[in-house]
Amino acid sequence: MDFSYTIWIAILPFLAFAINGLGSEKLPQKTSGWIATVAIGISAFLSYKTAIQYFSSPSRGGIIAFKTTWLRFNGTLHIDLGILLDPISVMMLVVITTVSLMVFVYSMGYMKNERGYDRYFSFLSLFSFSMLGLVVATNLFQMYMFWELVGISSYLLIGFYYDKPSAVAASKKAFIVTRFADLGFLIGILLVSSLTGTFDFGVLTRPEGLGFASAAPFLGLSTITWALLLIFMGGAGKSAMFPLHIWLPDAMEGPTPVSALIHAATMVVAGVFLVARLFPLYTAYAPGALEVVAFVGAFTTLFAAVIACTQYDIKRILAFSTISQIGYMILALGVSGHGGEAGLGYMASLFHLFTHAFFKALLFLGAGAIIHAVHTNDIREMGNLRKHQPITHVLFLIACLAISGIPPFAGFFSKDEVLSATAASHPVYFAIAMGAAALTAFYMFRLYFIVFWGEERAYPNAPKEAPFIMLGPMMVLAVGSAFAGFIPFGHFISSDGVPLATHIHWPVAITSMAMALVGTATAWRFYKSQSGSSEKAAKALGSFHTSAANKFYIDEAYIIITKGVIFKMVSKPLAWIDRNVIDTFMDLLAAITHWASRQVREFQSGQLQKYAFIFIAGVIIIVLSFIYAAR
Amino acid sequence: MGTGAIIFYSIATIMVVFSFLAVVSQRVLRAAVYLLFALAGAAAVYFMVGYFFLAAVQLIVYAGGIVVLIIFSILLTSHIGEKMQKPDGWKVILTSVVGLGGAALSVFVITNHAFMPQHQKGIEASMATIGEKMLGYGAGGYVLPFEVISILLLAAMVGAIAVAKRNKTNDNG
Amino acid sequence: MVEQVPLHHALIATTLMFFIGVYGFLTRKNLITMLISIEIMLNAVNLNFVFFNIYLFPGTLEGHFFSLFIIAIAAAEAAVAIAIFISLYRNIRSIDVEDANTMKH
Repeated sequence: MDFSYTIWIAILPFLAFAINGLGSEKLPQKTSGWIATVAIGISAFLSYKTAIQYFSSPSRGGIIAFKTTWLRFNGTLHIDLGILLDPISVMMLVVITTVSLMVFVYSMGYMKNERGYDRYFSFLSLFSFSMLGLVVATNLFQMYMFWELVGISSYLLIGFYYDKPSAVAASKKAFIVTRFADLGFLIGILLVSSLTGTFDFGVLTRPEGLGFASAAPFLGLSTITWALLLIFMGGAGKSAMFPLHIWLPDAMEGPTPVSALIHAATMVVAGVFLVARLFPLYTAYAPGALEVVAFVGAFTTLFAAVIACTQYDIKRILAFSTISQIGYMILALGVSGHGGEAGLGYMASLFHLFTHAFFKALLFLGAGAIIHAVHTNDIREMGNLRKHQPITHVLFLIACLAISGIPPFAGFFSKDEVLSATAASHPVYFAIAMGAAALTAFYMFRLYFIVFWGEERAYPNAPKEAPFIMLGPMMVLAVGSAFAGFIPFGHFISSDGVPLATHIHWPVAITSMAMALVGTATAWRFYKSQSGSSEKAAKALGSFHTSAANKFYIDEAYIIITKGVIFKMVSKPLAWIDRNVIDTFMDLLAAITHWASRQVREFQSGQLQKYAFIFIAGVIIIVLSFIYAAR
Repeated sequence: MGTGAIIFYSIATIMVVFSFLAVVSQRVLRAAVYLLFALAGAAAVYFMVGYFFLAAVQLIVYAGGIVVLIIFSILLTSHIGEKMQKPDGWKVILTSVVGLGGAALSVFVITNHAFMPQHQKGIEASMATIGEKMLGYGAGGYVLPFEVISILLLAAMVGAIAVAKRNKTNDNG
Repeated sequence: MVEQVPLHHALIATTLMFFIGVYGFLTRKNLITMLISIEIMLNAVNLNFVFFNIYLFPGTLEGHFFSLFIIAIAAAEAAVAIAIFISLYRNIRSIDVEDANTMKH
């Protein structure tokens, strides 16, 4: 089968980036949006074609569509660039290009009269290129390069409103936190490649052939476990797992379509994708690392869900919701095994990634439509919007139902698989996942009821329905959110390539539906019916509620660690040494040179007698040396 | 000790003393006069060894011409009555060290060197001999340096006039 | 004189005179006294030549002629030096050697 056209899937957005970035002054207004959208549209079409072509054949092996050696150091050490097509990368291609296309079209309406329209589309195209390159990477190093490119695109887009100090601070925070995590990623890559002698995924995902059990253990864990843990650290940073989650809520300073694309559907799932990509290594050699993965996922799910219940900024609620849902995906991967029914977690995780992309993007785009109409992010200033924005209301409701796991929407099916996987593994994880499901339903419907029901607020301008260019993509995503659950996902993607039957595990399903209904009912009681129960409950929880509202003071803890400990104890002395010791030494060298040259300068003093003196003294010395050296 | 020796030693002492006074004196004009006496002493030595022509030239050119020239320039440029500054202490010390060192070295070399006199028949430095040698072009003839000297003197004359001429534009003068 | 005074005595005298001239040249500040010191040095050299001639080479007149030419050259040099001093005096109003130091760093 010929897949050589797949190179265009990544190249077209890059060309759009280049054209928009370099030529936007020469092109007429607003064409940059069309150029970017057309490029991503063609990429989407090619992705569907690839998916159909790939999945219509029964084999699920990896196909190298394109490969080139970029840097060769010696015979064995080389860095390649290429395109690897296998089930998860093809699935990601479809997800990324579809959501990107929707976001691009939506952005043409949302960013219509903004300053920096062209810059926005060029950065967005750069992001699409980077993300697409990341998922089709044939080797760890290529993935790392595109990982960093994605980080840069995120930085540029979060800080898009660069004259807002909070946006600039948020973009720096995102970049620094993910960069710090990527340090672990890089060390992990180096460890893995030095142990196995290769970066290539084709080799790494067939771990039976690798022989490195002889590496000496370090602090009780084998080297490969450390390497995979460090790689997971990189993934955790990008996917905003605890404690590296602090950047994602602040990243909401960027434009809302950016939040929809990057911080909901695509970039933040890169960590999940990374672990999924290296999954055979994890299951074969580092089951301890998988336990850490599961623990982090579980903790983050619950943690973020609790915080989301107390927030008042619509985008921040959705951000914490994203963190919680990605926690689900990570948890599912962590409890998964390899092969057959044991690999249910793997399939569940990716299924949830797939459905989550649709409804989370829809939620964010809906939030964007609301913000666009009401000009505020604070839900306390919104109310009764269903009268003003009926279509947005319906679409948002579909997304809320999907995320809460209410059948027959997509979220129900994928959550069911995740919950079944955790049930098969450990009861504590199952309980945590259920609790998070209940909380998800609660905070989503809290958001829904406060915004769309309740009493009318005094809006400065009457909120209008969003224009069709914004509603159209939302409708497409709503269709996905509604029906994507019916796709037999396990037929396409499973941990070992053998089709896994996806079926509803009824005990789990009924429990989860019950939990979702409990959450929804609580939200109804608290927020729709205006009974004041919400304030009573908040008071009853007292300090727990306040700390949750302050995001459990994690940001403050970071400030204490960085400013109080690192800056004071480490940076200040080092800076003192640099200024006083090193600079003084350099200045001393310069001063010595200066002094020496001053002395040499005096040879040309212009004073006749000095010259004559040296002359005569020199002659005498020479005569002396002639007389006595000759002896 | 013969009379020749006595005369020589006294003339030598006079020369050395007066030259020393010339270099340490604090008044310019006195230094010039001391120089004159030192040069006269040298002329006396020439008379003593029988080089009369040389002695005459010494008196005429050196004592008469150069010292007079020096005195002229002193009158043109200095404040005669003023005492000149004494040199700095460290300069005196350094120079004394160098001077004494050099003198000691030379004296040491001279006293330890075995000079070998050529035993030849002494030649009379009469005007006829001097004239023949001066304008002779055979062995021991000095016609070439003679001609060159005359060109040098011409160049010096021209140079002195050119340097000391007052410029038409007259910058500082 | 040849028989009565040893050569090295005569040479010591001229050596002393020469180094007195050196001392004067390096110590004095007034340009004209520096010229005087130079003349002293030249004079000492003249005497040296003459002594070598009469003690070591009595049959020739080389030293005699050397001294003669040195006197001529010294005269030319003194003349040019005085001309320079006068021109310098016109420009910087001083004949202190330390004031003539513009050819320096």
